[in-house]
Amino acid sequence: MALPPYKTALQRAWHYSFRGICGLIFVFLIAPLLIVAPLSFNVEPYFSFTPGMLAFEPEAYSTRWYENIVNLGMVNPDASYAEGWWKDMWENAQWIRAIKNSFFIGIFSALIATALGTLAALGLSKPEMPFRAAITGFLISPMIVPIIVTATGMYFFYATIGIAKTYVGVIVAHATLGVPFVVITVTATLSGFDHNLTRAALSLGATPWTAFHKVIMPLILPGMISGGLFAFVTSFDDVVVMLFLGDLEQRTVPRQMWSGIREQISPTILAVATILVLFSIALLTVAELLRRRSERLQGIAK
Amino acid sequence: MKSRLRGSLLATAIGTLLSTGALAEGELTVVSWGGAYTKSQVEAHHKSFSAETGVTIRSEDYDGNIGVIRSQVESGKVTWDLVDTELAEALLLCDEGLTEVIDHAQLPAAPDGTPATEDFLPGTLHECAVASVIWTNIYAYDRTRFPNDQPTTAEDFFDLEKFPGKRGLRKIAKATLEFALIADGVEPDQVYEVLATKDGQDRAFAKLDTIKDDIIWWETGAQPPQLLADGEVVMSTAWNGRIFNAQVVENKPFEIVWDGQIWDLDLWVIPKGAPNKDLALEFLKYATSTEQLAEQARWISYGPARKSSNPLITTHAESGIQMASHMPTAPENLTRARQTDAAFWADHVVELTERFNTWLAAQ
Amino acid sequence: MTTIALKHENTASLAEDPRTLKIRLAKAIRRKRINAFLYVLPLFLFVFVAFALPMMQMARLSVQNGAGGDILHRSQVAMKDWTGSDLPSEEIAAALVADMVEARENRTIGKVATRVNYSLPGSRSVITGTARKAKSLQAPYLEALATANPAWQDPQIWVSIRRAIAPVTPDFYLAALDLERDMDGNVVFVEPERQIYITLFVRTLILSVLITSLCLLLGFPVAYLLASLPAKYANLLMILVLLPFWTALLVRTTAWLALLQSQGVINDIFVFLGLIGNEQRLQLIYNATGTVIAMTHILLPFTILPLYSVMKTISPTYVRAAESLGAAPSVAFFRVYLPQTKPGIAAGCLLVFILSIGFYITPALVGGSDGQLISNFIALHVQRSLNWGLAAALSTILLAAILILYWLFNKLVGIDKLKLG
Repeated sequence: MALPPYKTALQRAWHYSFRGICGLIFVFLIAPLLIVAPLSFNVEPYFSFTPGMLAFEPEAYSTRWYENIVNLGMVNPDASYAEGWWKDMWENAQWIRAIKNSFFIGIFSALIATALGTLAALGLSKPEMPFRAAITGFLISPMIVPIIVTATGMYFFYATIGIAKTYVGVIVAHATLGVPFVVITVTATLSGFDHNLTRAALSLGATPWTAFHKVIMPLILPGMISGGLFAFVTSFDDVVVMLFLGDLEQRTVPRQMWSGIREQISPTILAVATILVLFSIALLTVAELLRRRSERLQGIAK
Repeated sequence: MKSRLRGSLLATAIGTLLSTGALAEGELTVVSWGGAYTKSQVEAHHKSFSAETGVTIRSEDYDGNIGVIRSQVESGKVTWDLVDTELAEALLLCDEGLTEVIDHAQLPAAPDGTPATEDFLPGTLHECAVASVIWTNIYAYDRTRFPNDQPTTAEDFFDLEKFPGKRGLRKIAKATLEFALIADGVEPDQVYEVLATKDGQDRAFAKLDTIKDDIIWWETGAQPPQLLADGEVVMSTAWNGRIFNAQVVENKPFEIVWDGQIWDLDLWVIPKGAPNKDLALEFLKYATSTEQLAEQARWISYGPARKSSNPLITTHAESGIQMASHMPTAPENLTRARQTDAAFWADHVVELTERFNTWLAAQ
Repeated sequence: MTTIALKHENTASLAEDPRTLKIRLAKAIRRKRINAFLYVLPLFLFVFVAFALPMMQMARLSVQNGAGGDILHRSQVAMKDWTGSDLPSEEIAAALVADMVEARENRTIGKVATRVNYSLPGSRSVITGTARKAKSLQAPYLEALATANPAWQDPQIWVSIRRAIAPVTPDFYLAALDLERDMDGNVVFVEPERQIYITLFVRTLILSVLITSLCLLLGFPVAYLLASLPAKYANLLMILVLLPFWTALLVRTTAWLALLQSQGVINDIFVFLGLIGNEQRLQLIYNATGTVIAMTHILLPFTILPLYSVMKTISPTYVRAAESLGAAPSVAFFRVYLPQTKPGIAAGCLLVFILSIGFYITPALVGGSDGQLISNFIALHVQRSLNWGLAAALSTILLAAILILYWLFNKLVGIDKLKLG
């Protein structure tokens, strides 16, 4: 963007130094995420660039930490693929188990949060909804209450009803944490929603279910999915609830990372971190596509 | 009741679905301290026990936090079968009824027929706990960081002028306060008398104050060798077996200072209501037999709790060096040492931990 | 469905008495309200059971003594009318000895002793030690106890036991504020070397304010730039804000561990540039500095996003008008532009402040000892020292503080205006 010619030298200087400052802040935001990737290929067990790495010597780099992700916990990592290596990896490797757990818990809690949250958002967006502000405030409160307080309370309560340290307990807890995101995003998509569209559908003879399915659903779907994604990420990200309510059996990726960092900060953690950064790039892409689609659809609906 | 039933049914269904579900028969969850120590147990006990009995042993690491056991027992969902603890913690757990009572008569006798109750060293058998090894809180340094003068005494650990640089210390009150007092000139056999008084406690914290700004705190046993190797600290307290492992397996230039150290026990306990209690007891009996303790001493430099194991100690399994002089029980390593006073700690752990945490958090 | 029903009623009621019409209309509206609420009900119940009930139980736990009263049930009854000013009666002593014998057999004495030890440090060994001998004690019990351990001659331990087995107690809240009850029941501060929680609350507050200000300082220019650039560039740069936002908290904390270590990348760069010598590497981690740097990075997107969404809606014409009327650019910015960003600033700052007050993971990993916040001590008491009453009291205080802020947030910004991404 070129500056208009009438700006003074001082304004020009400010303009460029402002951009320089912003550039530095962007570096601050993104550099930590990028730095983990090269470090995870370090052949040495350190968190620092070795002289060899800086000179781009191939032997200073290695994929051993990535192999370590797969090998850790396996009964016989040296077995050939034909001798049941795959089965061993799938069943015993600690990180693989953590990944399975993360997806299992994340998907189930996101589904619960999305189903209940969408239904509630439909109710909240009706003009007749009583006590809307208070109820919205209540439903969103799990997001506001510090996670440590939530986890503490849940731990005491879930232990008394016998679901602490179980999959059910963890999934219920994560669904609760994901609910606010679904309520917020779906309510936001519904705020641009023209209720005349439903009325039109109904007056043209559609059954209520058809009206929901064919008219409302396509319009709020992006909101539902992005709310669900938020809920999934909330679950996928969580360590604190897992620390209190989870057990070895339910151990997720972040929980496994937490142990890893506290036990021994080897570059294996960095390798896992690199994979997770790639994963979040994928999530971000999906979320961005959804946002665009939602914008387009809202344009049509209005 | 009904909802709990349904909850557990659902949990079982989900567990089966994931195939990581409830522990099948013949599985045992053994919890220990991770790193080189767990490795010594896996190599010496787990593998051979599994091979003989067909039991799958699941090994989990923890950092000595017995709160987990209490919350498991109190919530009625115990998943740990056998836990390796330090002495004071083992006594606390037993006091609170959180661990199973172990019948000493069931423990295997020594090869010459001496009953276990006489074969175990004094103070290593307890109502709910059976000791396996003796280990020591030593401190170690990186000799490349001190090419000229090298630290040799507990006092040197606190001497920032002679030996500048960061120190690693374990983030608990136990053994840290005793070490500070010994470095401040208290005789090892007086240490608990002094620490029982308010003045003595003040003195220990005052000593720690002198290096407070230069301390990096560690919480798990694998951290001190790591901190030394990364150059984050120039010297650190540590468990002697971990430093031994770094010295002989990883060839690190570390030196152990055998002075003013507090030695302790590692004991097996079975949490009350452990899912595989009988199997856990079988494993415990196996892992504390004369031969097995001697075998473990080939993997880490911790002294066996049985007298009959000592003559059987040979060489290190990986490097082939003689183990005897690296043991915390070797006479030359015991010139100024003291055993931890478990009764003292069972009584004072709450108040001293509280004060320690307060001291830590204060600026 | 409701629309059809309503239409139906409307046509049907046209011919009827206007009063019935009114009633029916009111009925119909009520039905619609109930209908709307029915949509919300499942989630409402879910959040109530899974979240609100645990919070309430926690609040209850913070004033309860737990099992102490059940374990020493005879003593609890016997001590009902005891004033606590002098040594207790023989009857109370007998009850306590009987309770001790039972508790020793059930292995529950440790629990009571631990609880009494919270109010009277050092009493744990007196109780467990005496309990071990309790079976052999003979009447008169008061004397027998005194022989077993002289501590029983001091009313202090009796008072502490009575407090520990009372069903309801203020002790945990007092402890959470560095207070305690002395022998006469007066509330006093604990000794200086045991005072910690006020320091921690204050530190949490100060660090949260500092982190919030840093986030605003760094977030404002970025949001401004994003809002003023054409959408094509803004969307591209937005990725740099959203990517950290979508990346796992622990990944970002790990990255800072790698960067801030004394042998880490940042110190390496400083040494390489000759800013510091190899021996003077800065301690950037395991202290409050590490906590502030990492938390600012983690929370920065939470300031940028709400600021950006407000700034995007601000029309540039106002600033242009001000400038064309002769205002200097800085005046135009501060007098015209800045006031319009207020909702964004309020939303971003409160969100970051609320989040940082309850942060746990990052301080635990990079905070060392002086970078620990109140949440780290809550976790300590839940998981390690097992003083659940104190953990519950600290949590409830924190919860109350957050709810007040939340209410304020709702009042100032409106919770329904909260937008994500």
